[in-house]
Amino acid sequence: MLTIAGHKFSSRLFGGTGKFSSSEIMKKALDASGCEMITVALRRVNLNDPGDDIMSIIDRKRYLLLPNTSGARDADEAIRLARFARASGGGDWLKLEVTPDPRTLLPDPVETLRATEVLVKEGFIVLPYMNADPILALRLQDVGAAAVMPLGSPIGTNQGILTRFQIEIIIEQARVPVVVDAGLGAPSHAALAMEMGADAVLVNTAIAVAGDPVIMAQAFAKAVEAGRMAYESGLGRQQRESMASSPQSGLEFLD
Amino acid sequence: MEIICNSEPRQVAEGISLEKYILDLDLNPNTVVAEYNGQIVRREDYADYIMEEGAILELIRFVGGG
Repeated sequence: MLTIAGHKFSSRLFGGTGKFSSSEIMKKALDASGCEMITVALRRVNLNDPGDDIMSIIDRKRYLLLPNTSGARDADEAIRLARFARASGGGDWLKLEVTPDPRTLLPDPVETLRATEVLVKEGFIVLPYMNADPILALRLQDVGAAAVMPLGSPIGTNQGILTRFQIEIIIEQARVPVVVDAGLGAPSHAALAMEMGADAVLVNTAIAVAGDPVIMAQAFAKAVEAGRMAYESGLGRQQRESMASSPQSGLEFLD
Repeated sequence: MEIICNSEPRQVAEGISLEKYILDLDLNPNTVVAEYNGQIVRREDYADYIMEEGAILELIRFVGGG
């Protein structure tokens, strides 16, 4: 069973709550996904049109909240958002995101490391979103990250795992759980991450923008489970040359 | 009197508490975090927190995100 910071998870799929067409669909999709931890973001209240309050929709007994620091452009902004998240009753868990470039939304490694260090000391359970850099993963775990969250491909691109080689090294080396986050656009991408030995995946866009988010959530849940089962049962080695699946002897009668 | 809430000038009654102001906006004080003149206010202090002329208030809450 997956354990992060002493908390046990029976589902290895973490869900996002952004981009759903309605609160009702989000609720149903999260339910169908079986996920136990979900991300939320922090934003100013729109005083002229407050809209739905997500906290009145989410069942806090069922889902562990993983507030993110999306929108933070440097460590100081991320730290400020983290403190807001805690003050909002979001608990101590935090998906640390520091993305200075709005075009790529790629994470800033230096600021992410700096913010992790500060926030861990403040008692946050920090899961940093990071580029798939094996050295950075080690540095983040050294300063107390509870897990590392390398990207498969940039946020919201649905491009799958473009960082396979680096994620494989991160998984080999990490002492903390590895959660592949961002860019997983299809259940097959999630299955691949799990087959590679990732401890969990985080999926938002691919489920939220699917034609039927509820069915897609189920598809991701199955893919994550299948990928994990495959990893645990031990995949056969890949090789260049053919190896017959049928016996090569006993064909003399054809001569 | 006037305060600035989320960068907008707003007219509020003299002596209004933070909690009353949040409730008047039809918001749930339990799910809104307030930053008053740069300081996060603890939820348990909302009711006793009386706002002053020219205060800069930020009201923030959780929204859907990935």
